[in-house]
This record gives sequence, C-alpha cells and structure tokens, in this order.
Amino acid sequence: MTRILLTGGRILDPTSGTDTLGDVLIVDGIIEAVHIHAHDADATLDSDVEVVDCTGRWITPGFVDLHTHLREPGFEDAEDVATGSMAGAAGGYTALCAMANTNPVCDSAAVAELVYRRGQEVGLADVFPVGSITKGMQGQELTEFGELNRSAAHVDFFSDDGKPVASSLVMRRALQYSKAFDAVICNHSEDPDLTVDAQMNEGAVASVLGLPGWPHEAEEVMIARDLILAAGVGARLHVPHVTTKGAVDLIRLAKDRGLRVTAEVTPHHLSLTDDLVSSYDPVLKVNPPVRTNEDVQALREALVDGTLDAVATDHAPHPPELKDQEWEHAPCGMLGLETAFAVVNTDLIATGQLDPLAAIARFTAGPAAVRDVRGHGGAIVVGAAANLTVLDPDHTWTVDAPRLHSRARNSPFHGRTLTGKPIHTLLRGVFTLRDGRVVSDQEVRA
Amino acid sequence: MKHLISIEDLTTDDVVQVLDTAEALLPIALRERNSVPTLRGKVVCNLFLEDSTRTRISFDLAAKRLSAEVINFSAKGSSVSKGESFKDTALTLDAMGVDCVVVRSHSAGAPVQLSSYLDVPILNAGDGWHQHPTQGLLDVFTMRRHLGNLKGRKVVIVGDVLHSRVARSEVQALHLLGAEVTLVAPPTLLPPDVEGWGVTVATDLDAILPEVDVIYLLRVQRERMQGAFFPSSREYAHIWGMDARRLRLAKPDVLVLHPGPMNRGVEITADVADAHQGVITEQVTNGIAIRMACLYLMLAGEAAIPEVVA
Repeated sequence: MTRILLTGGRILDPTSGTDTLGDVLIVDGIIEAVHIHAHDADATLDSDVEVVDCTGRWITPGFVDLHTHLREPGFEDAEDVATGSMAGAAGGYTALCAMANTNPVCDSAAVAELVYRRGQEVGLADVFPVGSITKGMQGQELTEFGELNRSAAHVDFFSDDGKPVASSLVMRRALQYSKAFDAVICNHSEDPDLTVDAQMNEGAVASVLGLPGWPHEAEEVMIARDLILAAGVGARLHVPHVTTKGAVDLIRLAKDRGLRVTAEVTPHHLSLTDDLVSSYDPVLKVNPPVRTNEDVQALREALVDGTLDAVATDHAPHPPELKDQEWEHAPCGMLGLETAFAVVNTDLIATGQLDPLAAIARFTAGPAAVRDVRGHGGAIVVGAAANLTVLDPDHTWTVDAPRLHSRARNSPFHGRTLTGKPIHTLLRGVFTLRDGRVVSDQEVRA
Repeated sequence: MKHLISIEDLTTDDVVQVLDTAEALLPIALRERNSVPTLRGKVVCNLFLEDSTRTRISFDLAAKRLSAEVINFSAKGSSVSKGESFKDTALTLDAMGVDCVVVRSHSAGAPVQLSSYLDVPILNAGDGWHQHPTQGLLDVFTMRRHLGNLKGRKVVIVGDVLHSRVARSEVQALHLLGAEVTLVAPPTLLPPDVEGWGVTVATDLDAILPEVDVIYLLRVQRERMQGAFFPSSREYAHIWGMDARRLRLAKPDVLVLHPGPMNRGVEITADVADAHQGVITEQVTNGIAIRMACLYLMLAGEAAIPEVVA
C-alpha cells in the first residue's frame, strides 16, 4: 500500500468551489481523505505514509491542456510523446490533448491509438489524441469520427489545427456529423484568403517592419461563420487560441445567446504583444500571431469573466535549425507547457486581476468540461483518482529555454523572470514531478 | 553609426553627416578624382540573397573607389533551399573574416537578424518591404543638392507604399530633415495605421500638386492587379500616374524623382520620364557617393580623407 499525505497546502478545487487550507491523503492512487488537519493525520504517521509538506503551496487538480503538439508520429526531431510528457509533467499537467497535425495525420484509429498508447507507455501524462476533422487535414472529406471515437483512444474532439476548414459546407457537415458521437469540433479560426503570406499581426508595428499583416478580421470572420453554423445545426464548437478583442466579443455574444460554444486562450496571447516582433526573432512567430495591448487586455478580461473557458498552451515545438531562419521562412509556433502557469500567475494572478480559484479553473475544470478527459481536472474528493498538482505561487525563476524538458527550445519567455512554479505533479498518485524535478519514465513505471 | 539597417535608427545629425560626407566624396563618385586608399585592406562582403544587379554594382563601385576589397556572395532563394540555415550562412561569413556585410534580402528583418549573429557592421541594401536606407539617403541627398535645406519643403510620395521598402526609408529620412510628406496612393496600397508615420495621407493627387517641391513616384508592379489592389494599370495611370497634363498643375521647377526601374505607362508616362531623366540619372550617381559615405563612416574609423574633405 502506497500512502502519500499532502499536508498544510491551500486546496483550490474549482469544481466544488473549495479554497481552504488542508491536507489530502492518497492511498494507492486514490484520494482517500481531504481536509484532514495535520494533527488528526498524526495517527497515520506511524505507518509508511510519505508526508509532503505543502505549506505555502497550492494543491490543485492536475492540469489539462486542450492544445498540445506532441509531434509524434512524424516530427520527432521537434518533440515526441516522451519529451512532451516530461514538459507536461514539469508544467503541472496530467492530461495532454495531442493535436492531429502529425505525419501521418491523426485521421485513423491506428494513429490515434498509437499516440494514446505511447502516452500510457511513457506514463508521465495521459495523452488524449485529437482527431483531424478532414482526411489528411485537406479540408475536403470527413475523417471517420466513428472509428476514432470507438477506438481505444476514444476520440471525441476533432481539429485540423494549423489549417482552417475553409469550406463552409464541409464545416457544416462536420458539425452535423459530430452530433452522432457528442463530439466537439474545433476549427482553426483563420480565413485563409485574408492571410496569404501573412507574417505577423496586421497593424502599426507590421507596417513599420514591412511584414505582411494578419488582420484580426481573418480570425473574426471565421469565428462568426463557425458560430452561425454551429448554432444552425445545434452542434458543439470549441474555438482554439482566441487572440482578438473582436473574437472575444463574438464568443461572449454567442454564450449569452445560449450557444454550446467553448473557447481557449494561450498564455502567450495573454502576455505578449506585437511590438516585440521588432527584434525579428523568429521565436516570436506564431499562428495566430501575438496581437496588440488592447487585445491582450480584452483576452484577460474574458478569461476573468469566463468567456474564455480554458488556458491552453498551443505548445508547438520546432527544431532550432528551422527557427534560425529569416523571419519569413521560420515556422510558426512556440513552447508553452512548462511556462503556462508561471505566465498566467505572473501576469494575472499575482497582479490581482484573476483570483487563484478562477485561475486554476481555467487550467483544470474549464478544459475538462470541453471534452472527456476521464476525470482529469476534476474535483479533489474522496474516491477520485489522485491526479494532482502542487504549485508554489511565490517561486521566482528565470526561464532558460535550453534547460526546459521539451526537445525544442523555442520559448518566447527565454530569459524572462517569472513567478510561480509547479513543484509536484501526481498522476494517479504517482509522482511525475517531484520537488521540481521530472521523474523519469523508468522511475514512474518502477 | 555601427550599422546602417534602418533610417529609424538614425538621428538628424547622423543623416546630415552622411550627406556632408557624400558631398565630399561626390567628385570621386563622378570620376572627377581618382580612387582614394582610405579602406585599403578592408574586406566588404556583398551578401545578395535576392537579385539586384543595380544595387549590387553601386555598392561594388562605392567600395572599390575607397580601395576596399569586395567579395560577392550571391544566393537566390532562401537559405533553406540551400540546406543551410541563415544563421549558418552568417557564421560562415564571420569565420572568413570580413569587415562589413552589405546585405540584400527578400526577407524583411534579415539584416537585423544578421546583426545579432555577427559583430561586424551590417549595411542594409534592402530587406523585403522593410527598409532600403541608402536609397532613402541618396534621394534626400539629391533633393538637398537641388533645393538646399529641406526644412519645410513639401514632398509628395505617390504609389505603392504598402510594398515599398523605399517609401519607409524615404519618409523617415525626410522627417529627420524637416520636410513635410504627403502620401498619395490607392487606399489598398497604403499600410495600415500609416498615419502614425507623421505624414499626411491624401487620395486626390491633382489637389496636392500645386504646393509641392518634390514629386516622388514609386514603382507600381503590374502583378498587384492580381491581388485586387487596383483594377487595371489603365485606371492606375489615369488616377495616380504622372503625365504631362498633371505635371502642369505643379510648380514649373518641381523635382520629379523615381527610384527606378520605371514602369513607363503606369506610374509615369514616357514623356514625363524623358523630360526628367536628368535628375533620375543623378540619383544613380549620387547613390554611389552615398554608399561610399556610409562605408567610409562605418569602416574608416579615424582614417581621414584630407584631400577630399578639404
């Protein structure tokens, strides 16, 4: 019998609305007791309980990332399930949704099960594959949602992320068809006609830098179309990486009207602005692009009021030789898993804009409500699987990209000093991150 | 002035210093005087990642008139297509021990990136739509030679500002010298938030012309029609092109400049081009003097050119 007592921490459980000091006792991977005061717990100390002092720390459900590019199969020079899971564990995540733009694309049960099983083998996080909406992400024929849904990977979330479904007809059919499986359609929100050769946010900065702009309308036109189509057929829509004030307004309006829509925002879009691009450092190149301060403020407000349900990383590793190109040739994407909490904590929680319980909801219960992640991000209650994260909200550290666990090092936060860090991550009661150190997959399996 | 990447990085004094130096060096550029040994032993690398014979020859001549050695490193297309990253290309040049890199690239920002990889001075010979600083400097040099002090002078820049590195450098250089700039273009060919550049924006060229001292015409590429930026070259020429009728609205001694190569029949009619060919040719010679001045200021250090400055 393995017993672990997390003691003296601030328990933040968004599902039950709990925000209190207390302890959590884990026995054989299951939460056995919650809120035992330390002195009551003494009785258990005479046996082989591992006591983990959580004084000054937050005990939260394990984080759920709706948007991770694990790059396996096909792009293992950038990342694979093992290195991505290590980065996830270091970031406090116990569940990762692996995006479909692999090679081959995740448009068959074979690929979905491969990715799912690699996650189980590595054992540092549960990996939930995302299926593509269309075969080969070509935007034409629908992927076999049913086959993926009934596979061992149980896929209920489909996205051609990185490429929009440009055809309104195909998008409408996908939304209609998804209802048979209560699945969610997540369309990359970009009107491709408006973003030909686009390199960064369109606006004053791009004009001076001479880079073709990515108008905010390109995102908003597509979101408006998708909201109208989803409302028309009564399907579920998830909007990935929202970046503009106008997009926030559209989603807020749709939610007010009772649409079944959810939305996510990335830490980098909550924190970075397009004026940084004047360095032409390709690490800042990302799709959708970092926008203006006005957009950042609107995104922060929307995260606070719940218009945006989840913080999702869009963790997108790229090998250095691809990022060390001229800006226009460098691929889009940035690392996110290991800095997500620190960025949100530094910019929103520590500044008092977002209260800790609501913030944790956006990392846990929020994303967990978007798709089925089998209990991850759920309540800290007796009988639940012990998928938990222990955070130090006051730990100050400087991001050193080469030292991150990801195989790539394209972190836009390299060199930045951030506050807040996951200290322990537990997957079904097993440490995947212990004292700030990622536990090797061999140790996890031992 | 360590690098010359963007006019934005310069002060008014910097620009005046370049223009004054170019004035002193002009006799050499015009071959009225012999080359000077000022940069003997220095190696200037022309890194041209995009074809531009005119600009490359201009830099080549400028360096040679100052007795520098010139090596040409040309590669079409991206560094990716060569299987080498841009950074590796830069580090290779560094290892070869060049004293200055003149870089031309299709990619906006490439010279900025290069300056982060290398310690030697970087001279931007045009990067994407971003900057073409020596073009901006040679243009204000040409204007100053005709008009004297440019403070308060009115310049209208007509054409495809959106896709123009020349326009960006030009506006900033004119600004530093106190000129008043108006941009006239189809709204589709103006960059977003261009008002932030400290310029006036207008669409009616005829209304502006009587007041201006300089008309600067930008090249308009016919392929912009495919991008639906304007309907036809015929309509462009009619509304924004410079023809003899329109030119009569301007002052008789108005200066007409064009960075070349000209698209006769689109932004300028053949008769106007021919009538103003003299100044447009001057721009080419002045370009050599400006590039000499930039190389001199970046590379000569304390070395003087007394017989020229005198």
